[in-house]
Amino acid sequence: MEFVVFTITALIAVVGAAAMLLSKNAVHSALFMLLNFSAIAVLYLLLRAPFLFAVQLIVYAGAIIVLFLFVVMLLGAERAEDEQDRLGWQRPLALGMAALLLFEVLYVFFARTNTSLTSPSVSAEDFATPVKIGEALFSTYLLPFEITSVILLAALVGVVVLHHRQAAHSEQ
Amino acid sequence: MSFLDIIILIVKALVLALAATTLFAYFTLFERILLARFQHRVGPNRAGYIPLPGGRKLLGGFLQPVADAVKLFFKEDVTPALADKWVYLISPAFATIPALIIWATIPLGCWPVGGDGALPVGGCAPVGGSNFLQLAEISVGILYLLAVTSIGVYGIAIAGWSSNNKYSMLGGVRASAQVISYELALGLAVLGVVMQAESFSTAEIVNRQWGWWFIIPQFLGFIIFLLASTAEVVRAPFDLVEAEQELVGGYNTEFGSMKFALFFMSEYIKLVAMNAIAVTLFLGGWHFPGLYTLAQFVSANAGQWAGNAVFGLLSLGAFLLKVTLLSFLSVWIRATVPRVRYDQLMHLGWKVLLPMALFNVALTAVLNVLIPDNRVLSGVIALVVGALVIVGVAAVNGPRKPPASQVTLVKKSAEVVQ
Repeated sequence: MEFVVFTITALIAVVGAAAMLLSKNAVHSALFMLLNFSAIAVLYLLLRAPFLFAVQLIVYAGAIIVLFLFVVMLLGAERAEDEQDRLGWQRPLALGMAALLLFEVLYVFFARTNTSLTSPSVSAEDFATPVKIGEALFSTYLLPFEITSVILLAALVGVVVLHHRQAAHSEQ
Repeated sequence: MSFLDIIILIVKALVLALAATTLFAYFTLFERILLARFQHRVGPNRAGYIPLPGGRKLLGGFLQPVADAVKLFFKEDVTPALADKWVYLISPAFATIPALIIWATIPLGCWPVGGDGALPVGGCAPVGGSNFLQLAEISVGILYLLAVTSIGVYGIAIAGWSSNNKYSMLGGVRASAQVISYELALGLAVLGVVMQAESFSTAEIVNRQWGWWFIIPQFLGFIIFLLASTAEVVRAPFDLVEAEQELVGGYNTEFGSMKFALFFMSEYIKLVAMNAIAVTLFLGGWHFPGLYTLAQFVSANAGQWAGNAVFGLLSLGAFLLKVTLLSFLSVWIRATVPRVRYDQLMHLGWKVLLPMALFNVALTAVLNVLIPDNRVLSGVIALVVGALVIVGVAAVNGPRKPPASQVTLVKKSAEVVQ
């Protein structure tokens, strides 16, 4: 039962990701990305992590892609631009790096397939409850957690500063 | 899980979905009749009635929803030539599905089945059994509700975009901005309840309200939740998404027939679902004074099964009664408050509700740590502080008369014309 659900969900996730890359229209891309994120949320559920399932849906599906859609719709930027792609040289580089990553994933999968996923500490019933995750975030991983929040704050301040400069320019 | 259990689960899900859609049909009638009364009109009173002797008619208009549905079914279904076909076709489904699945984790009542079958004491947690009136009990029920609510905006946003119509698209853009803004205040208002109940599970939150509804310790949270949930389901006075005067019809301008009906339906089901969530979180869910004593009496006289059934049906009734009262409040608000301006909407969401919700979270945390044992004392303190905050914020941010220099009196301008 679990295996069937996993296979279907994984297929949907992969198809969603591929279709997101291949579709010409930015809104279609965003919708395929939504499909991909939802499938990943179901995968979390299969891993007995309902908290991550909910957070994945709330944060990625419910907020981030809505913002993508909002910006694309507001700017009317859904069609691919006609002018020459100036970042064309990055494409082979990206393909090479993706191949490297895929190789790494396959290596880890085949070399360690008997250990990591089924070890007792991971498959404990309550390893992904909200309480456990909260404890981990605020004790073991406190420093990375706080640094992440500072980085996000820096991004926010940066937006305000840039916008302020622009406003000052237009006044002159 | 046996085969029979799966069948029962599917039947329950179907019944719940059908109940939600029927609820929508009769909610429209409820709203139209109430709006008519508020505006000193008669309202729908023709389609269907029960004739009484002496030419009097009872329940005039109770078939109005059926007439509406038939009319919508037989309308021509047009797809705009330049619409994005696939997105246009799936957007009504995108709007409707979240509105229906949101009901899955709400405990609609308490009918213990299986296990020891005893009447619940201090909450509905039958040992070894389950609650028949809750479709799915999951440990992160509240987060599930928030997730489904936030996904509900896609239907509106992509419907507006795919119609290839300026006005529809403005409606879609407004919807996504509005829902993202109010999601924060909504989530923080819910967080107060989660801190109070120390659980993400909806069943556990209702259990914790035995004899002590969370509207008392979370009064501030309740007010924030009501405002933010109204905005989250883009309901009047926050319905800029479909402001007829500015946007022709809003995001659903290009949709007709059943596609329009689906949008209409999802809007109303979401509204009732939000009221049901408010009842679950703040108004004690299915709890009602005296219910337990009555069920105990029936249980002692007519057997345990009868007691459980009476308790289940009455708790369902109590839940529906509370939802109806909140729905009445929604209609009342729609009839009373005019639509806000867009800048007022954003101001309310970011500069008023969000700080208030943060304050509520801080207040809940401090009170629960300082006075962990005396829930009456901490609840009363929270109620008083919350009410003071609301009065203070309303006094600072509320509507006020503009200075005389900014007002153009009708009389004055008439003099100028002469």
